[in-house]
Amino acid sequence: MYQYILKRILLTIPTLFGAALLVFLLLRLVPGDVCLLRMSGGAGYVDPKAMDFCRAELGLDRSYVVQFLDFVWRFIRFDFGNSMWTGMPIRDEIGLRFQLSLQIAIMATLTAIVIAIPLGTVSAVKQNTWIDYGVRAFSIAGIAMPSFWLGILIILGLLVTTKSLFGTPWMPPIKYVPLWVDPIYNLSMTIFPALATGYRYSAVATRMTRSALLEVLREDYVRTARAKGLVQKLIIRRHALRNALLPVVTILGIEFAFLMGGLVVTEQVFNLNGLGKLFVGSVTNQDYTMTQTLVMLVVTIFVITNFVVDIIYAWLDPRIRYK
Amino acid sequence: MTAATEAGIQPELEDLPERRLGVSAALQFLRRNPLGAAGALVIVAMFLMAAFADFIAPYNPVANAFDRMHQPPSFENWFGTDQFGRDVFSRLVYGARTALMVGFLSSLIGGTIGLVLGVASAYFGGRIDLIFQRVLDVFMAFPLIILALAVIAIFGSGAQNVIIAITIPFIPRCARVVRSTALAIREMPYVDAARACGFSHSRIILRHMVPNVMAVYLIMITAFVGQAILLEASLSYLGLGVQEPTPAWGLMLQGGAEEYAESAPWIAIFPGMAISLAVFGFSLFGDAVRDELDPKLRSR
Repeated sequence: MYQYILKRILLTIPTLFGAALLVFLLLRLVPGDVCLLRMSGGAGYVDPKAMDFCRAELGLDRSYVVQFLDFVWRFIRFDFGNSMWTGMPIRDEIGLRFQLSLQIAIMATLTAIVIAIPLGTVSAVKQNTWIDYGVRAFSIAGIAMPSFWLGILIILGLLVTTKSLFGTPWMPPIKYVPLWVDPIYNLSMTIFPALATGYRYSAVATRMTRSALLEVLREDYVRTARAKGLVQKLIIRRHALRNALLPVVTILGIEFAFLMGGLVVTEQVFNLNGLGKLFVGSVTNQDYTMTQTLVMLVVTIFVITNFVVDIIYAWLDPRIRYK
Repeated sequence: MTAATEAGIQPELEDLPERRLGVSAALQFLRRNPLGAAGALVIVAMFLMAAFADFIAPYNPVANAFDRMHQPPSFENWFGTDQFGRDVFSRLVYGARTALMVGFLSSLIGGTIGLVLGVASAYFGGRIDLIFQRVLDVFMAFPLIILALAVIAIFGSGAQNVIIAITIPFIPRCARVVRSTALAIREMPYVDAARACGFSHSRIILRHMVPNVMAVYLIMITAFVGQAILLEASLSYLGLGVQEPTPAWGLMLQGGAEEYAESAPWIAIFPGMAISLAVFGFSLFGDAVRDELDPKLRSR
């Protein structure tokens, strides 16, 4: 087992390194000079001293290799520099929003698990019946529907319902309060984006559960259990589901990794002050240091989550360890 | 398949039709997969809408009409008007053009580049393959939208850059899947035979290996088009994709969908429905194509 873990760690390091290189290169590809863009503000004329100052501040006057190594070294120490857009340390900007994004990601995952596993199981057991078709249509609709549209519909629905029930329309609050300080306020804010994202997430998980369970139900040991006279429900619970859940766990893990960065649009819809909104803001305002840091952060979370999923998968399925 | 065989008459070997991909095969495919047929219907409808947009759309999609802002759906404006007075239905119809163009272009270009890269990597093997796999891993570590947004951050927004931004994340995804299939094909005897005949590398790759991974390629392309449409809609919604006044479904959702959600909900509902329906259709069709072409994945 330890050899497997070690091998996995060794694999993630070049991936992270390559991602850092890619991010670094991408943002050096900006046509035109970053400092010129920033300092001239469209006027076209810049005081050379201001340019030198900007260059020194951003570290652009050093060679590329030094810049890259410096970027990697500072990233490891969580020193991200200052944002070009707000001027504040990036670490503070991210820290505020990280909590919210993480909370929504976790809630969406929980929603997905609660919806997907029962639905997928039912759909697999009653294959090719109307229940199956219904669940499949439901899950394909979840994948097809843009999550931001679902979010807009939810807000619309909220407005219309609260208006008709209470007279005044109610929107989810915008100011973030941590869960342990005021749970109801916090939940009223986070449950709707969690639902909107969780629906899509659960769609993927449902399809995976269904196909995995379909495969497992054809196995010999299930046939033996049936021949033994075991009740269908027990067969599923005790034998089939555990084996079928392996690929589902993998998919859930991968999708969770996506969630941290992919909440970009949902946060825009619900006006949440999360990492996604920060990312869009930094792209719109051409804040290259922040964009760089955020992309690297998302990629790091993605790689680490995949690593954890691999380990869990190897722990659950001993056959994987010996490959 | 033909009427002759159904009637029990045994045809001579030379008389048997050679084409497998004819109209009858397509019709059989549709009959076997009702969901896929529904998806194909949606796709065809979308194509017709895009091709004949000039004839279908009653109004000019970019013409502002400030005397008719926020009109609810009525007989004159089937889906109502938006905040500039433009007819929502016309914008929807013309928006199909943008969606299909972006979706197909990015999917085809990305898929083809991924196909060539994946097959070449599997064919050459050894260190080239190893390095290529690492590079693929790096690209796959970026979620779709993050990479697309990063490309937009560099090159700016606009339809052309959106296509580039969507193509780039697709290349490694297609390359990875194609590569695993091509690895299996590389071991086949005819590749060895071709090498023994002294064929050049490019000839073997293009004429022997690529046709055999076509099934996977088609599956990935059909899956990508739906995702590309979704990604384009997301980018336009964020204001970083196609710019005003080009009609695009995602853009229609951005332009005041939330501000006017209470007073004019039709601005938000119809474009989103169009996007969902389009992606739905492509997903169903893609599923059916996958079931047909990949016997291992066929739903039992």
